[in-house]
Amino acid sequence: MSVDSAIVRRIAHLSRIAVGDDEVERLGGELNAILAFVEELNAVDVSGVEPLTSVLPMTMKKRSDVVTDGGFADDILANAPEREDHFFVVPKVIE
Amino acid sequence: MSDPTHLTLAQARDALRAKTLSASELTKAHVEAIERAGLLNAFITTTPDLAVDAAKRSDARISRGEAGPLEGLPLGIKDLYCTKGVRTTAASRILDDFTPTYESTVSANLLRDGAVMLGKLNLDEFAMGSSNETSAFGPVVSPWRRKGANGFDSAKIVPGGSSGGSAAAVAARLCLGATATDTGGSIRQPAAFTGTVGIKPTYGRCSRWGIVAFASSLDQAGPIARTVRDAAIMLRSMAGVDDKDTTSVDAPVPDYEAAVGASVKGRRIGVPREYRLDGLSPEIAALWDRGVAWLKDAGAEIVEISLPHTRHALPAYYIIAPAEASSNLARYDGVRYGLRETGRDITDMYEKTRAKGFGAEVRRRVMIGTYVLSAGYYDAYYVRAQKIRSLIKRDFDLAFEDGVDAVLTPATPSPAFAMGEKGSSDPVEMYLNDVFTVTVNMAGLPGIAVPAGLSANGLPLALQLIGRPFDEETLFSLAAAIEQAAPKIELPDPWWRESDGARP
Repeated sequence: MSVDSAIVRRIAHLSRIAVGDDEVERLGGELNAILAFVEELNAVDVSGVEPLTSVLPMTMKKRSDVVTDGGFADDILANAPEREDHFFVVPKVIE
Repeated sequence: MSDPTHLTLAQARDALRAKTLSASELTKAHVEAIERAGLLNAFITTTPDLAVDAAKRSDARISRGEAGPLEGLPLGIKDLYCTKGVRTTAASRILDDFTPTYESTVSANLLRDGAVMLGKLNLDEFAMGSSNETSAFGPVVSPWRRKGANGFDSAKIVPGGSSGGSAAAVAARLCLGATATDTGGSIRQPAAFTGTVGIKPTYGRCSRWGIVAFASSLDQAGPIARTVRDAAIMLRSMAGVDDKDTTSVDAPVPDYEAAVGASVKGRRIGVPREYRLDGLSPEIAALWDRGVAWLKDAGAEIVEISLPHTRHALPAYYIIAPAEASSNLARYDGVRYGLRETGRDITDMYEKTRAKGFGAEVRRRVMIGTYVLSAGYYDAYYVRAQKIRSLIKRDFDLAFEDGVDAVLTPATPSPAFAMGEKGSSDPVEMYLNDVFTVTVNMAGLPGIAVPAGLSANGLPLALQLIGRPFDEETLFSLAAAIEQAAPKIELPDPWWRESDGARP
C-alpha cells in the first residue's frame, strides 16, 4: 500500500492540517516509508485472533449519574484565544 | 555540607529528616545548578521562586514533625503534565502559552507528599520521538559526551526521548528525580542513554488524568532517578487509583522501597531468543550476557524463552500509536486554548492553526494515524495491528504462566548517538531505537531500565527487565541486584558550566 499526492491531500484534509503544494511530494515519501515499514504485518497469520482493545481485563468503571463538578466557566475560558462572556468566539462555521 | 546535588534522593530525604540539611539549602543548590546548565536545554520553564517558597513551607512542616514522604525534595516535571498556574507546552507551539487551571493527578500526588517542583522539563513534541530532537523549544543536550583518543568528542549527544529533558536533568544533577511518560519506551530509552534508572509501571498503575495524551492505551507515567531506590520511592508517591481516570486500577500501592535489596534467589528469569537480533552490537550482546551472569550469581534461575511475535511489535506500534494520536490530537484546533491562526472560516482556521502549530514528526504521525483509521483501510491496518497486539501480549502471558518471574533484555540496540545522526532522511531509522521497549507497552506490562555498563566510547548502556502485571516489586529487586553487581558508573562532571550557562 502506498499513497499518492491525491491521497496525501485527502489525508491532510481529514487531519485538518494545511499542506502546501510544495510539501505534498515529500510528505508522501515520508508516509510511504512508514507504510513500507509496517507492510510485513500483512504476512502474519491472525486467523481466530481477537483484536486487543484493553491490556487489562477490566470492566469499565461506572459511577452514579449525579453532578460532582462544574460551575467554573471562567477557568474553562481562561486560555481562550478569543472569548465573549462565557462563549468561545470562532470564525463562521456555517456557509 | 558539600554539594547537596550530589546526594541521591534517598540520601537527601534522610538528611532532611535528620535535620543535617534544610529543604531551603537543598532547593537553592538545585536552582543554582539549573541556572548554570542553560547549555543542556533540559528545562522549558523553570520555577525557581515557586520552588524556594515551597522549600520554606517544607522546612516549616519538617520542624513541626509533619514531613511527608517526599518532603522538601526538589523534582523536575516533564512538560507533558499539566501543572496548575504554570505554563504547559508538550514541547509544541500549538499550546502556545496555555496555562492549566488544574494539576495532573500524578504531579498532585507528588505535591501532596511534600515534593518541591523546580520546573517543566523538555521533551520530544507531544512525546513523539526517541532523541528529544523534535521539541519546538530546541533539542536537549545530553550531559554525556563520547570519549575519543584525545579526550572528549565535541559532538552533542542526544539524551534519548521522548523524556530527554527528564533524563538529562537527573543525570546532570539538576533535580533529585523527574517525572516522565512512556508510550513506546520514552522513560526506559532515555534512562538507558543517560545512565539513570527509569521505570514504566504496569498500564493502569498511575493515573493519566492531566497528562497530555499521546496514545491512550499505551501511555503511562513513571519516574526517572539516579538509583533504583530513588525510583522506587518516587513511584510509591506517583502511583494509585484515580476516579478521574477509569483506566487506572484500584490496587494497593506497596512500599516499593522495601523491595530494593530483597533477595532474588529462586526467581526465574526469561531470556527471549528473538531479542538477539541479527546484527545486534557485540557490545550490547556481551552486556546482556553479563546481566544474565550477575542474576545467576544472585541466585536467580535463567531460562531461555521464546516470544515469537517480538519482531511485529514495532510495526504494529507504528500503526496503533499514531492512530490513537490522531484522535487525541484532534482537540488542538485553536478554539479553546493555545495557538490560533486566522482563517477565512472555521475549517481554514483549523488547518492553518494545526499546520503552524504541529512539528514535522507530529504531522507525520497524525497523518499516518488518520490514514490507517480511514474508511477502507481500518480493517487492513488498525484492526490487524490490534490482533497482532493480542498475539504479542499472549507471548508474555504464556511465559509468565510457565513460571517466569521477569524477562531480561537489552534496553536499546545502541548507546546514545549524536544530534542529527539519525532519522534526517528516513523517519523509520529513528523508530528502530524502540525495538526492545515497545513490546512492553503493547502488552501493558511494567518495564525498568537499569544502567549496567559503558560503551567503548564511554556512553551508558542499560539492561531492561520486564515484569508481570502489577509486580513492580520484583522489577525493583532484580534491578537492584544488577545495580549492585554492575561496575559503578560515574555521572559526568559539569563540563557545561564552562561555557556561558545563562539562558539567551
